[in-house]
Amino acid sequence: MQTLIAISALGVFCLLAEIFNLRKALVPVTIVGLLAILGITLNLWSIDSSIDEQYKSMIVFDKFSAGFSSLFIILTIFLIALSHDVYKDHQTKISDFITIKVFLLAGAVAMVSFSNLSMFFIGIEILSIALYILAASKRLDLKSNEAGMKYFLMGSFASGIILFGICLIYGATGYFDVAEIYALSQGAGLPIWFPIGITLMIIGMLFKIAAVPFHFWAPDVYEGSPAITTALMSTLAKVVAMATLYKLLSGLTVGLTYNFEIIIVIVSIASMTVGNIMALRQKNVKRMLAFSGISHAGFMLMALLSLTNAASTLLYYTSAYALAGMASFAVIIYVTKNKDNEDIINFNGLGKTNPLLAAVLTASLLSMAGIPIFSGFFAKFMLFTQTIKAEYLVVVIAGVINSIISVGYYFKLILAMYTKEATEEKQATPFVYYAVGVISIVLNIIIGLYPSLVTNLIN
Amino acid sequence: MDVTTILILLLVGAIATYFSGDKLASKVALFFSVATLGVSLYLLNEFSKGETINYLGEWMEYPKVYLALQADGLSMLMVLLTTALTPIIIFSSLGNTYSNAKSFYALVLFMSFAMTGTFLAVDGLLYYIFWELALIPIYFIALIWGNGDADKRKKAVVKFFIYTLAGSLFMLVAFAYLYQKTNNFLLGDFFNLRLSATEQFWIFAAFFLAYAIKIPLIPFHTWQAKVYQKAPTVGTMLLSGIMLKMGLYSVIRWQIQIAPQAAKTLMPYLIGLSIAGVIYGSIIALRQKDLKKLLAYSSLAHVGLIAAGCYTLTLDGLNGAVYQMIAHGFVIVGLFFVAEIIHRRYETREISAMGGIRSQSPKFTSLFMILVLASVALPGTYNFVGEFTVLYSLSQVNIWFAVFGGTTIILGAYYMLKMFQNVMLGETNTKVFASITTNEIITLVIIIAFLLFFGLYPKPITDLVNPAIKDILIHINR
Repeated sequence: MQTLIAISALGVFCLLAEIFNLRKALVPVTIVGLLAILGITLNLWSIDSSIDEQYKSMIVFDKFSAGFSSLFIILTIFLIALSHDVYKDHQTKISDFITIKVFLLAGAVAMVSFSNLSMFFIGIEILSIALYILAASKRLDLKSNEAGMKYFLMGSFASGIILFGICLIYGATGYFDVAEIYALSQGAGLPIWFPIGITLMIIGMLFKIAAVPFHFWAPDVYEGSPAITTALMSTLAKVVAMATLYKLLSGLTVGLTYNFEIIIVIVSIASMTVGNIMALRQKNVKRMLAFSGISHAGFMLMALLSLTNAASTLLYYTSAYALAGMASFAVIIYVTKNKDNEDIINFNGLGKTNPLLAAVLTASLLSMAGIPIFSGFFAKFMLFTQTIKAEYLVVVIAGVINSIISVGYYFKLILAMYTKEATEEKQATPFVYYAVGVISIVLNIIIGLYPSLVTNLIN
Repeated sequence: MDVTTILILLLVGAIATYFSGDKLASKVALFFSVATLGVSLYLLNEFSKGETINYLGEWMEYPKVYLALQADGLSMLMVLLTTALTPIIIFSSLGNTYSNAKSFYALVLFMSFAMTGTFLAVDGLLYYIFWELALIPIYFIALIWGNGDADKRKKAVVKFFIYTLAGSLFMLVAFAYLYQKTNNFLLGDFFNLRLSATEQFWIFAAFFLAYAIKIPLIPFHTWQAKVYQKAPTVGTMLLSGIMLKMGLYSVIRWQIQIAPQAAKTLMPYLIGLSIAGVIYGSIIALRQKDLKKLLAYSSLAHVGLIAAGCYTLTLDGLNGAVYQMIAHGFVIVGLFFVAEIIHRRYETREISAMGGIRSQSPKFTSLFMILVLASVALPGTYNFVGEFTVLYSLSQVNIWFAVFGGTTIILGAYYMLKMFQNVMLGETNTKVFASITTNEIITLVIIIAFLLFFGLYPKPITDLVNPAIKDILIHINR
């Protein structure tokens, strides 16, 4: 609870900073504030007793929430650090953008620590509305406007479906409270609305994580949005939605029925395959990463097949994926800063003009492809073992085949960086890109070498 | 001192090389690789005295992974192969200049590190990590410093990477499957599993995919020739000299030990496939116009025979396979170096553009001749010991295997001598063949001396390997 309050207070402070003309100090102060909040969250986690505190049965801040919240806060710190340079030319609006991101974080934390469906819905709306604004934040750019509009239409539709699902669950059980619903779901005799409601909620969440067949918005929105918003969507927003889906399913039901699991299997395999095959043909890096994100969503869905004990694996996978994504976007934002598109051609010769950033991007792509010693490898491995234990070998085989396919397009970017000649001189590189890129990839490698740092957070 | 010293030294060497700058890089790399060779010889001494040089430490809690490095005679020999060939390879490359040399030599040492780790690890996941790590440096070495048209090279190298990665991912699934039965990855615990015949079959198949691509056996060999041709010679030497031995070693260390039942059932097919590779490789080699490609196909034929030896599951077969791995490692590095020496002078790898070198450089011709003879397993060279032992073991299984496997000697002699004739003999070439440098002579002489010495006195290697193979056979026949 302290985390949520502190984040909201920080958001209000960012708004006030605009009034008192403190724009210059805004980014550093926000980062320090977020670091302090990260400290609070980790501290909450280490004091075991206070962690299960209930707050008017709206918020439960347990280990699951603490673990994921910490990840979200770290990702937000990176995003805000990058904002400083990205919004350099829009000094007057910088506090707006940062405020929105901080509030988005508040929504994200609410989404992983709710204990009441109304709280869950408030969280998802805070997050989504902030994202709609950010997607359309390049006011004068047609593509950005289109992206924002598309995302808003599709997203609000999904929110509506989720809300409908919540209503049906309420109709079936008479509760919004997760614990009560869980207790009721164990007994027999629930009306048919209950599974329908759950299904509708799953559909809404699958939309948010961009799993096949609810993925059509992702490539367009990713491509059209400003690069930093794409970074946010593909790392933070995706991870939040996945964690929430996991929490919803494990919190509301005793366990998935066989039929539900089969549906998850199909959606998972379809997401992996469609995402990867479409990614092979993309020229635009953001679009490519959108499809790669779809396939990673398919991988993460595997965690739902062993619902009772996959929380730590999911946290590990999402951390590995998000940190690698963050590192790659730090480089992508730098490379495409003054370009009007994000085609792979722009990366030609980066290995010569800027070896360090090229190495960071290479490492992050290798991590996403699942090559050891990067954490992406261990993440995939843990998911595979867990899924084999759940006796869904077919998903694992599909996952393996897809890992192979994914190498094809990740390496397209690496090849462009190292084998093509550069088309332009090295541009000046603000320190922050190095910092974000290197720190996130180093974190990625560290949790690769010591997975227990992350997995022990929840277990 | 234990085996971790070798790994640490190579890793530190890679980092030091990178930071030493382009001018010093090759010398720093050479220094560290020689130092590693020294350490591994010292460890060999300790090992033969019966001192324990293994290392066991915990790495991860979940999944349970140990830093388990264990040296028996077999691992020790493979480590020595790696640490002996690395300085030779680096030394042989001193005559070339590479752009961005610091990264180049750092990658070479890093690859050596990963391969040494593969030979030592007895924890499945650790082994897998080393196995995959070895792939990344060779990918960049071949991609950035390779020769020929950039687009074609890219295609060949990416194909190689995806192929090998694809194979090893199935191995990873096999490990994941075994892991959820034992809850750790230790090889020793895998032995104690009572796997059913079906389980063994699928695990064997998953491993087979990884190893058959790496070795390579037909029909998984299609990446090989192009990559050997396109990679810089150092990369080709690393690939053919050491890296493909990783696959063969792993067959002995992991595949046939974890799934012995499947190996026994499938034995005739496996040997048949390997020997088909021998004949196929030899015939294709006959028709090659490119020197490096010819050597690549000859390599395909030789490793086919080694794989056949491994899959006989007999003491002689396994012993012979190991001997032949060592012999082939040295001889193929020597032959690729010869190709490089010619390329330095003639700027070509087309056999038709060569010829008539003998009268210009008799010294070089004699050294080359010895290598060619070693490659076709003339008695007196170590290759003879290996090849003979393998053929003998094949004849114990089925005489026809030995007959068809034996064609490698006949066909090998045919294409190697034909190649030698076209490259070296004939009328004096109009192009001047600059006389061979001292460094080049030293490199070739070291390789030849090794092959001849152990060809005449193979006992030290035999004594080292034999006990280890006997242990392995106990596991296979458990």
